[in-house]
Amino acid sequence: MILGAAQPSPYDALAGDWRRLQRRRLTAGALAAAAAFAAFAYAGALEFSRYADALRTLAQLAQDSTPPDFSRWREWGRPLLETLATGIAGTALGAALALPLSALAARNAGAPVWLNEIVRFALGAVRSLPGLIWGVIFVAAVGFGPLPGVLALGAHSTGMLGKLFFEALEHVEPGPGAALRAQGASKLAVFRYAQLPQALPRLADALIYRLEHNLRAATTLGLVGAGGFGLEIVTAFHLFEYREASALILVLLALVTSVNFFGAALRRSLLHARPERK
Amino acid sequence: MSMLHLAAPVSFIPVAPAAPALRVDGLSVTRGGRAILRQVSAAFAAGAVTAVVGPSGAGKTTLLNVLNGLVEPSCGMVASEQLGALRSAESWAALRQRAATIFQDHALIGRLSALDNVLLAFADTRHPLSPWPWPRFAREAAARALADVGLLDRAFERVDNFSGGERQRVGVARALARGPRLLLGDEPFSSLDPPLARRLCDDLRALAVRDGVTVVLVLHQIALARALADRIVGLNDGRVLFDGPAHAFDAATEATVFAAHSHLNQGV
Repeated sequence: MILGAAQPSPYDALAGDWRRLQRRRLTAGALAAAAAFAAFAYAGALEFSRYADALRTLAQLAQDSTPPDFSRWREWGRPLLETLATGIAGTALGAALALPLSALAARNAGAPVWLNEIVRFALGAVRSLPGLIWGVIFVAAVGFGPLPGVLALGAHSTGMLGKLFFEALEHVEPGPGAALRAQGASKLAVFRYAQLPQALPRLADALIYRLEHNLRAATTLGLVGAGGFGLEIVTAFHLFEYREASALILVLLALVTSVNFFGAALRRSLLHARPERK
Repeated sequence: MSMLHLAAPVSFIPVAPAAPALRVDGLSVTRGGRAILRQVSAAFAAGAVTAVVGPSGAGKTTLLNVLNGLVEPSCGMVASEQLGALRSAESWAALRQRAATIFQDHALIGRLSALDNVLLAFADTRHPLSPWPWPRFAREAAARALADVGLLDRAFERVDNFSGGERQRVGVARALARGPRLLLGDEPFSSLDPPLARRLCDDLRALAVRDGVTVVLVLHQIALARALADRIVGLNDGRVLFDGPAHAFDAATEATVFAAHSHLNQGV
């Protein structure tokens, strides 16, 4: 046999499938781009005349709101604490409900598949209502103040954290759990001793992210009557006190940033520090 | 060698000592349409070390995982001397409480300390939702098990900082911490350096001879199997080709057990 003569190259064997794969990828990319373009057009983002005065107006607004006016800072303490409390309590409530629910929703944590599906559907349903709508509902139920904010954030966080938690649980290595089953441990023991410790850093990540989100959300909940810092900002805007509004926004920025620092420290301790003691 | 010869068992030489503590009968395991174990029958005596040998993919690990209940056979049964045929969840639970497994991939939790990993052997001594620490006897036994494998000074270090050999030692400590009556080991020496491997060999022999534990080890090295085991079970392509005393496992038997899978030869 002469090498190379009339021998189909390995590439030829793949070429047909390869071209088909390439074509499918190009089609998918083109479809995604078309969908995005249509969305822009429908939302009016392509009517360029509307941008004409935008820059000038924004510059004016920036000018009106500098320098920030901190003169009323003495009156911000209470609403700031209310917002902080609403965010923390809402996150804690959501996490406390989400953890057991996520154990029931995860495929590998021992619950039967039908229960997985019911819990997943329930989490999705709770999640699909935005926090603001929950806020309107709970303001109607329990009246004004931080309490409806806590309940609204708790409800939405349960749905969101439940999903993030069960996905984290499903990512754990099966080996340690199998080792526990091989020595006769119960499903609950496998969850508690093998799956939870492995998922803990991911659970903490989700929780920290959610706390940050909830502090911002607690601010906007002020709009629907759940009190707090958001109400101050909106009031300042309504009164055209732009310099005070910018000061309030800076304070909010400082609050969220300090929560992020705290979250980063917590992550470090979970990922690298000395192990937990039981 | 003819196909027929290869498919049939080479020899079944009876061993005199101790009644079998554990027995498998007509065991078959199929996964994804592929037969992993085919009609495997074997006995594992108490107070003796049984080595399971064979080429990669012969079904050694699967046999071990049938013995600890992680793999459910499609037919056949596992029977224990004390518990009889294991058919109910209760009898399996009873067996598992006396059994321990040294896993090939160690099956440790990387972000927990060596001590916490060994304590997992005591998972049934503390309610999973209990806020209290592990019971005193469990903490003492775990510390002793870590001292036995020479890792007491690193008890609080995270296991993902450990080398492969050190992880294996943690896995061994976890398996031995409970004082099991049935010890299953999947390549327990694979990542240990020679002096440690020799010590673990001595320890496992002592467990069998002195304490009467049923020891079943999957081994890759035949020399080790001959030196350590009382009995050898040779698997090839899911079938038992040899089951007899270790001294009877000669070079010819070894060649047969480690011959290429029969289904690869079917075209010939």
